[in-house]
Amino acid sequence: MTIALRSIHKHYGDIRANDGIDLVLRPSTVHGILGENGAGKSTLMKILSGYVRKTSGTILVDSEEVDFKNPAEAASHGIGMLYQDPLDFPPLTVLENFMAGQRMKAWPDRSLFRKRLAGLCREMGFDLDPETPVVRLTVGERQQLELARHLAAGRRVLILDEPTTGISSLQKDVLFSALRRLSSGGATVVLVSHKLEDVETLCDEVTVLKKGRVSGSAVRPFSTGALLEMMFGREPAPPLRKGHEPGAQALFLEGVHAHGGRTGLAQCTVKVNRGEVVGLAGLEGSGQDVFLRVAAGLTRPTRGRVHVSRKDMTGRDHHAFKTMGVAFQPAARLEEGLIAGLSVAEHCAILERSSFSLDLDASASLAQERIQSFQVAARPESPVESLSGGNQQRLLLSFLPDDPVLLLLENPTRGLDRESVRWVWERLDAIASNGAAIVFSSSEIDEILMVSDRVLVFFEGRIIHDVRPEDTDALMLGKAIAGRV
Amino acid sequence: MMDGFDMLLVASAVIAGAAPLVMATLGETLTERAGVVNLSLDGTIVLSAMAAFVVASLSGSLLAGFAVSAAVGACVAALVALFSVRLGMSQVAVGFVLTLMTRDLAYFLGSQYARTEGPISGSAPVPVLSGMPVLGQVLFNHSVPVYLSMIMVAFAWWYLYRTSWGLRLRCVGENMEAAYARGIDPDLVRVVYTVAGGALVGLSGAAFSLCTKPGWGQPQGCEGSGWIALALVIFGAWHPVRAALGAYLFAFLQVMSIHFQSWFPDVPAQVFQVAPFPLMIFLLAVSTLVHSEEAKMLAERHPLLRILTRGLAQAPPLSLGKARSRD
Repeated sequence: MTIALRSIHKHYGDIRANDGIDLVLRPSTVHGILGENGAGKSTLMKILSGYVRKTSGTILVDSEEVDFKNPAEAASHGIGMLYQDPLDFPPLTVLENFMAGQRMKAWPDRSLFRKRLAGLCREMGFDLDPETPVVRLTVGERQQLELARHLAAGRRVLILDEPTTGISSLQKDVLFSALRRLSSGGATVVLVSHKLEDVETLCDEVTVLKKGRVSGSAVRPFSTGALLEMMFGREPAPPLRKGHEPGAQALFLEGVHAHGGRTGLAQCTVKVNRGEVVGLAGLEGSGQDVFLRVAAGLTRPTRGRVHVSRKDMTGRDHHAFKTMGVAFQPAARLEEGLIAGLSVAEHCAILERSSFSLDLDASASLAQERIQSFQVAARPESPVESLSGGNQQRLLLSFLPDDPVLLLLENPTRGLDRESVRWVWERLDAIASNGAAIVFSSSEIDEILMVSDRVLVFFEGRIIHDVRPEDTDALMLGKAIAGRV
Repeated sequence: MMDGFDMLLVASAVIAGAAPLVMATLGETLTERAGVVNLSLDGTIVLSAMAAFVVASLSGSLLAGFAVSAAVGACVAALVALFSVRLGMSQVAVGFVLTLMTRDLAYFLGSQYARTEGPISGSAPVPVLSGMPVLGQVLFNHSVPVYLSMIMVAFAWWYLYRTSWGLRLRCVGENMEAAYARGIDPDLVRVVYTVAGGALVGLSGAAFSLCTKPGWGQPQGCEGSGWIALALVIFGAWHPVRAALGAYLFAFLQVMSIHFQSWFPDVPAQVFQVAPFPLMIFLLAVSTLVHSEEAKMLAERHPLLRILTRGLAQAPPLSLGKARSRD
């Protein structure tokens, strides 16, 4: 089947997830959709599989116009999607998951489905026990099950959203050879990925998305440089960094392993000195979040040791870290940092926590002070959720301790306009000059290059690159982020 | 042994006494398997018990009484479905308000029929089978609703685990988004099983007022059993057979409390009357505690405990109590 997408738009309020995308998918072809997180890949594929409805545009299946209202309609046209997080029923068994959604009699013959599943598994080289609950399967096995289910239902177009995330390299080989076999049998396979390596090994054709638009396309053989340029663009990074004198050791992670996030954290050994600004680069959820939480004492490492100011803090709680001068600011401002429903003054009152009864006048004047010195556009009685993102960020910065040893910031400038970003970094720069170590994560390579003294690149839960910004550039970092060092 | 204690008689009394509770528990199990908590159970049972009693006495037809009770249960459940599934309101709030409302409505509408004579669904031994030794007396010497309750247990199991509709129902209860992606309409399934479960709960009301605790008055003997049924669903880990076993266990405790009273005359009778309730809470606590991290860690170290917790640990349907998000 040939599928043509013409001028697909999907708007969520003001956000244009897809902003006029044109794409043609051909049979017997593995088509790669490449792009950073948030480039609009998943949205586009969800539209094609009927899970999300498009705002405007045309979809042609074998030159017949279609408008899928739900996944069932897309499925009846032979289009099936494997979602990034397998969309299955964990407590049910493999066989029940395989059966669910397929055409069957009122009281189905389970042995028939068992045979069909076994046959497909043999053909594809999968090894699935029909009576195991899916919750005990690895992500790779759940993916194999989904693939088998789609094939049994007669799907001829298979869309895989980031299928190589969280699976072993052995499972990846099995998956790729199955996909190659399907493609040579005439199926249309679409591989959505942010990993260059996957796309280069498997795909015949690639379309690159950036910020909701097609930024380029290519056919095999691919030029890595050209693909990277389409993915990240090449904007010159303004080298506006003051450079700080590194002082005493602030943080030392020694062979740390930890669970959490999408990938966890593995074999992490890093030293950070006071006065240093360290940027954590990588695709979102590649381990930066876990790194920051381990350093803040919020997540306990399963292996390895954590030292703050040369003191072993392994296994201590967040409050112990706080007394050592560690401050952490999470990305979700309203969820983890501020308390929706409370006013600015009430937030100040929590910080004081001196007596049982609240001294509202004192906290109001304290709030006024902070509002003035941090230029927050708010009044002491404003509820925090009424503040704009930039003002929430300023407010959070005003709550930071005056002389921290180690400042951990998760995406501190996300969603802020240029003016606010500049303002935030002026403040943080001053804190670093006073001898604090600052470790922050950001999805903006330019920002990291602009303000960091050192850059750590995360990939799949590991630090794969530790460089100074003057020794690298946006293109090299982009390569490292996509897993190619 | 103890005087006047007949094992067969106790077993027979347990089977008969548990019948209404079994129906209500099965109904709520089906509803919760679709991810909806129908908290209006207790009031629904009282209201349908009243409706069944009044209709049966006026028409003289037991069948009409049972039919009306099922309809009443289905109607109350339809309200739960309307407010919490279609309109996305809190299932707990809607159910709780309805349970209070339906109970008061039952006493208000039924007041003039209180303590009047009414029909009773009497004993109907199954031919041939009731003559069997032991089993004949325990299983086949009851009234029709009691047989119905036993058949329902087997049917509910078969329906849930062996039919395509049952599979669809479980799919929706575990993951609405995945069900939607496979062409199942989660809202429709939720509405259907909320209403169907409600009909079963209604039948349990009729089983009380026309069979197990015959008659109508204030307070009605079945008041409170709805809450027990809600607890039994959790105790039964959303499995129809296990939930029914819980209902039989509860009935057993109640029957035994009568015997204990005669064996230990020194202990106040109230102790034994109340004892089944805290005992159920204790069992519920045990079956819920095994989910905790501490219990799992403890079980890792003791192989015997591991087997026990594996058997008890059954997580609730993953979408239980959640409304579907739409974009």
